Amino acid sequence: MSAIISIILGVLEEGLVYAIMAMGVYITYKILDFPDLSVDGTFPLGSAVTAVLIIAGVNPVLTLFISFLIGACAGMLTGLIHVKLKVRDLLSGIIMMTALYSLNLRIAGKANLPIFSQDTIFKNAFFKTVVPKVLQPYTMLVLLLIIAVIMKLLLDGYLKTKSGYLLRAVGDNEVLVTALAKDKGTVKIIGLAIANAFVALAGSIYAQKSGFFEISTGTGTIVIGLASVIIGTNLFKRKPFIKANGLFKKGITVKATTAVVIGAILYKACVAVAIAAGMEASDLKLITALLFLIILVVSNGRKRRVRAGD
Amino acid sequence: MIKLENINKYYNPGTVNEMCLFRDFNLTVQEGEFISVVGSNGSGKTSMLNIICGSIPIDSGRIVIGQEDITYMPEHKRQRRIGRVYQNPAMGTCPTMTILENMSLADNKGKSFNLSRGTDKKRRTNYREILQSLNLGLEDKLEVPVGSLSGGQRQALSLMMATMTPIEFLILDEHTAALDPKTAELIMQLTGQVVREKKLTTIMVTHNLRYAVEYGNRLLMMHQGEVIIDKADEEKNAIAIEDILDKFNQISIECGN
Repeated sequence: MSAIISIILGVLEEGLVYAIMAMGVYITYKILDFPDLSVDGTFPLGSAVTAVLIIAGVNPVLTLFISFLIGACAGMLTGLIHVKLKVRDLLSGIIMMTALYSLNLRIAGKANLPIFSQDTIFKNAFFKTVVPKVLQPYTMLVLLLIIAVIMKLLLDGYLKTKSGYLLRAVGDNEVLVTALAKDKGTVKIIGLAIANAFVALAGSIYAQKSGFFEISTGTGTIVIGLASVIIGTNLFKRKPFIKANGLFKKGITVKATTAVVIGAILYKACVAVAIAAGMEASDLKLITALLFLIILVVSNGRKRRVRAGD
Repeated sequence: MIKLENINKYYNPGTVNEMCLFRDFNLTVQEGEFISVVGSNGSGKTSMLNIICGSIPIDSGRIVIGQEDITYMPEHKRQRRIGRVYQNPAMGTCPTMTILENMSLADNKGKSFNLSRGTDKKRRTNYREILQSLNLGLEDKLEVPVGSLSGGQRQALSLMMATMTPIEFLILDEHTAALDPKTAELIMQLTGQVVREKKLTTIMVTHNLRYAVEYGNRLLMMHQGEVIIDKADEEKNAIAIEDILDKFNQISIECGN
C-alpha cells in the first residue's frame, strides 16, 4: 500500500514541477503560436545555475528568483534572434537550445553536479524542526503545490493586464497589434522572456528536488511541455455555446492554466504507469515520445470528429 | 494632409519578374477629404494604401503626413494617426478574445500597455453604447469570443475599433468586399456616419462602383500605377457609374483583354 502512495506522491511532485515548465510552454505554443525549442536549454539552465549557486552558499529561495531572471534573459535572446535577425521561429529556438547545452556545461563545470548534501528549499533545518515527523514526507508536495499555484495565479493575473492582452493579441492576430501602434516584435520578445523564465524556474526547482544538476534532464523538455499543454487543453475545452433562445452558457469552465497544470500531472501519471508496467528508466525518453505521439493522434481524431459533427 | 511625392516602387527588382508599379507617382490628399479609389486588379490601389501605412517599403520618393516626413517611420508608429479596416473581417479583431477584450485593446491604442487591468470596468457602459449604435445585438455579447461572430458583425466591430481612439486618417481596403450585399450596405452606412461624425480624412478602395460614386467627395481611378481619373466635389458629383464603366471597358480594349 505504501508503495502505491509513494508512487502517487512522486507523480504529483514531478507533475507539479513540470506543470510550472508547461505553463511556460503554454505561453509560447498556445498564446504566441511560437514553437519554442529553447526550453530544452533553459530548463537545465535553471538547474545548472541553481546547483552552482547553492554550492556557493546562496540562499536556496534566492536561487529561484535568479533562475527565473536568467531564464527570462535566455528567452529574450531567442526573441531577439527571431525578431531582430529575422531567423524563423523554430530555428531561433534550435540555435538557443544548442548554444545553451554548452553554456550549461560551462556554468556547472561538468555534466553532473550533485547538491545532495546541501540545503535546498525542500530540505533545510527549518522544515526539520517545524514540521512534525509524520508529515515530513508531504512537505515537498505541499511546497510544490504552493509554488505552482502562485505561479499559476501570477500568470492568470498577467494575462488580464493590458500587457497580457497585447501578448494574447500578437499570437491571435499580429496585424491588430501593429494597428494598435505597437511593435509586435517587442511583444513577442516579452512573451518568450516570460515563458522561459517559467521554464528555468521549473529547472531550478527540479535540481533542488532531485538533488543534482544533470545536463541530460533538458532533452525532451519541449515534448513533455507540449504533451502537458495538449492533454490539458483538450480535456477541458472551454466552449461557450449559443442556445436556441440566444442565451449564452459556458461549458466546463476550467482556466487554460489550470488545465495545463492538470495535464502535466496526468502526463507524469501516464509515464509512471508505463514504468510500473515493466518499462525501464532508460526507456523514459522513448515512453515520452510515444505518449506524445498517441496524444497528438488522439487529439487530431477529436478535432476531425468535431468537424464532422458540425 | 497626406502627400506622396515621386514614389517609385518595383516588385522583384533584379529578377526576370521585375515589375515597375509606380513611376514618379504623386498624390495629395487634403485634410477632410473622403476619397474613393477604383481600378482593376493590379492597378496599385492596395499597394498605394500599403505604402501610406508603411506595410511595404518604397524604392524612392517621399511620404509626408502634415508637416512630417514619414518615409522611414516604421509601420506601427504611423498607425498612431491611422485607422485601417481590411477586406478580411478577421484582420481587424482577435478571434480568441471576447468583444469586451477586443474593445479594451482598441480603446487603449496610443497609450501604454502596462500592467494595469486590461479592461476598465468603468468603460463598459461606453462600449455597450458604441455597440448598441450598430444595431447588431452585439451589446449583449460582450463576453463572447469574436471568432464566433459572423463576418459582417466582425467587420462592424473592426470599423468601430479602428475609429475608437482619436485618429486623423481612415484607410479602408475593400472593406465591404467579403460581405453579402445587405451587410455591405450596412457597413457602408456606418462608414459614412463615422467619417462624418469624426471628420476623418478617408481613403476607401472599393470594387463597388456605386459606393465609389455615392460616397466621398473625390474619386480616383487607377490603372497600371497611375491615376487616370481624379474628380473632386462638383466634378465628382457629375460622374455616373456608366462613365466609370466606360473607362474600364476602354482600358480592357487597350490592354487587349
